[in-house]
Amino acid sequence: MNRLNKLVAIALPALLLAGCELGKKEQEQIGYRGTAMVQINDPDSKAKVGDIPAPPYELTAEMVAGDKASTAYENVQVLGDTSVDEFNYLMQAMTTWIAPDGSNIKDAGCTYCHNPENMASDEKYTKVVARKMLLMTRNINANWKPHFAAGGQPQENAGVTCWTCHRGNPVPVNNWSTAVPDPGKITGNKRGGNTPAASVAYASLNYDPFTGYLAGKDNIRVGGKAFPTAGSNAAIQTTEKTYGLMMHMSQGLGVNCTFCHNSNNFAKWEDSRPQRVNAWYGIRMVRDINNNYITALGDVWPANRRGPHGDPYKVNCATCHQGVNKPLGGAKMLKDYPTLKGVAPAPAVASTPAPAETAAAPAEAKPAA
Amino acid sequence: MAYQNLFTQVQLRGELEAGVPLGPNNDSRFGPFGTSWLMGKLGGAQIGPVYLGTLGVASLLCGFIAIEIMGLNMAASVNWDPVQFVRQLFWLSLEPPPAKYGFTFNVPLNEGGWWIAAGGFLTASILLWWARTYVRAKELGMGTHVAWAFASAIWLYLVLGFIRPMMMGSWAEAVPFGIFPHLDWTAAFSIRYGNLFYNPFHALSIAFLYGSTLLFAMHGATILAVGRYGGEREIEQITDRGTASERAALFWRWTMGWNATMESIHRWAWWFAVLTTLTGGIGILLTGTVVDNWYLWAVQHGFALEYPATGVVDPATLPGAPQ
Repeated sequence: MNRLNKLVAIALPALLLAGCELGKKEQEQIGYRGTAMVQINDPDSKAKVGDIPAPPYELTAEMVAGDKASTAYENVQVLGDTSVDEFNYLMQAMTTWIAPDGSNIKDAGCTYCHNPENMASDEKYTKVVARKMLLMTRNINANWKPHFAAGGQPQENAGVTCWTCHRGNPVPVNNWSTAVPDPGKITGNKRGGNTPAASVAYASLNYDPFTGYLAGKDNIRVGGKAFPTAGSNAAIQTTEKTYGLMMHMSQGLGVNCTFCHNSNNFAKWEDSRPQRVNAWYGIRMVRDINNNYITALGDVWPANRRGPHGDPYKVNCATCHQGVNKPLGGAKMLKDYPTLKGVAPAPAVASTPAPAETAAAPAEAKPAA
Repeated sequence: MAYQNLFTQVQLRGELEAGVPLGPNNDSRFGPFGTSWLMGKLGGAQIGPVYLGTLGVASLLCGFIAIEIMGLNMAASVNWDPVQFVRQLFWLSLEPPPAKYGFTFNVPLNEGGWWIAAGGFLTASILLWWARTYVRAKELGMGTHVAWAFASAIWLYLVLGFIRPMMMGSWAEAVPFGIFPHLDWTAAFSIRYGNLFYNPFHALSIAFLYGSTLLFAMHGATILAVGRYGGEREIEQITDRGTASERAALFWRWTMGWNATMESIHRWAWWFAVLTTLTGGIGILLTGTVVDNWYLWAVQHGFALEYPATGVVDPATLPGAPQ
C-alpha cells in the first residue's frame, strides 16, 4: 500500500506535466513593466528561418543598363523595360524559385511555364499566372511599404520576391481556399468550426476566418467604448471569428498576442505595439493580393489549383511568414533583383505617421535580467 | 480502539440502516442496497436508501433529454461516426441560434432551436433538482442552506444562458454546449467586452472563489489535524476543555490571534461559496448591457491604472487609408 502510494505520488505529477514543453525558454520584455508584455519563445519549437538561394550570377550595372528585353523578345508584356541581361537573370532565378530543375515537379525548369518550341507563347496557363505574379510582386514592393515599415520609420525594407512565398514550390505551401459551406441540415454540419483545425491552431473556433477577412472586407474589430453605443453590435460569434483569424496570425508569425496587442485591452491602439500597424497594412495587402491578382485571374486557374469550393488557392499571413515574424529573417533579398521593385509608390496607399518607437519601450522597461 | 471517521480502517458490517420513517406525503425510497468497501474508503460504506420521488424522476428525465439532445446533435455533426464522435468530442458543440434570430423562440431546430430545447430541458432539470433539495431538507427538519447555495449557482447559470441573452436581445450571446467551444466562448466574451478582469464583480467573484478554497483548506486541515481527538464530533465537544474542538480553536488563536468558531467557520465557507456565483452572475449580467468595455470603464472610474501610451495611431483613422 505504501509503495503504491509512493508510485502514485511519482507517476501522477509526471502525467500531469506531460503536456509541458521542457527546456529553457527565451523571453524578452517588449512593453511597460508589470503588464505581461513579454515575448516567450521555445527555441526547440521555433520555426526555422528559410535559406535563400544565391543569385544566378552577379548582375553588374552594365548588364542592368543594356538593351531592353522588348527589343530582343516577343510578347514581353511586363518586363519589356528590363534589360535583356537582367531579364534572363530573373528568368533563371524564377526557375529556381518556383519549379527548380531536377525537382520532381512535372515539367520542372523553363518548360514549367514556357513551350520550348515557342518561348513567347502564352499557351501554358502558368506563364499567364507568372506574368500576373510579377505585377503583384512589383505592387507589393512599391505600394505596400507601410506593411514592411519598422515602427513607421522609413527604411530600406527587405521587400519580397517570388522566393518569399514559393520556396521552390509551384504553389506556396501555406495557402487557403474557401471552406465548403455547411449543409442546411444537422448531419455533417460543424457550424463552420468545432473541429480540430490547423488553420486556427486546433481551437474549436471558425476554421475559415479567411474568406470573410482576407478576401472579403468584413470588419475585424469587435472592441467597443466604455459604455454600450448604437455601434456595439459585434456578437460573441463574430468575436470568435476574429479570434480565429488572430490565432492564424499568431501561428503564422510564430508570436504571441502581445507581439502586437496589449492584453489589458486588445482593441486599444494607443497601448498597442507598432507591429500592430504593420499587421493592419498586411491584412489590406493580403486582400489586395487575393482579390486583384489571384482571384482576378479567374478561369486561368485549372481545377488542381482550386479548393473544394472552386475558388483558387489564396494567400494568408503564413504564406510569406511561414512561422517567422520577419519572412526569411528580414534578409534584404530584393536588392539583388531590381526589376521586381516596381514603379514609384502609387498614391493608393497612405503613408503612416511614425509611431514613436521609443515610447514602445520606455527607458524603465529594460528587459528583465 | 479506532473511532469510525474517514481515516478509520474498520468498516462496520451489520444490519442495513433504513433511516428515519417518512411522513405521509412522501414516495417510498429505494434500497438500502448493501455496503461497498470502496465507498467506505471515501465515506459511508452503506449504499441507499435513496429517495427519488416525483421531483427526482422528473429532474432525471429532463436532464436525460437535455444531454440526449446535445449528444445526438454532436453525433449528427460528425455524420454519426462513433469514432469521430469520440476523437472530436472535446471540439464538438451545440451552438445557440445566430444573432439574426434575436431573442425569440421561433428558431428552426437546426439553426439553434435544438440549443433552446436542450437549454430548456437542462434548466427544468436543474430547477426540479433544486426543489428536491429544498423539499428533502424540509422533510428531514433541516434548514434549507443547501438549496439556497445551489440557487446561487443556478443564478449564474441562468444569467449566462437566459437572462443576459434576453437583456441583450440575442440568443447568440449565450454559451454553446461543448467542452472547448464553451472555453472559446469565455475567452471571446472577455475580449469582446474589454477584458473581464477589469469587471469589479468578476474580481469579487474570483476573490470569493479563491477565498473558498483557502477556507476549505484551513477548515479541512484543522479538522483532520484534530481527528485523533475525535475532532469531527465538533458540536458535542464545543464547550469542553482539552477537546479536539478547543485545540483547533486555540491553534488559530495562537497563530493568527483570532479564531472562528465551530459554527461560524461554516457560515464563512457558505457565504464565500455562495458569493462566488452571486457576484459572478452580477458581473456577467452587467457586461454588454451596462458596460461595453470593462478596461475603459475601469480607467474612467479610477479602478484600473492607465499605462503610458506607446504612441501607436490607429491606421484606419488616417486620411486615404486602404480598406
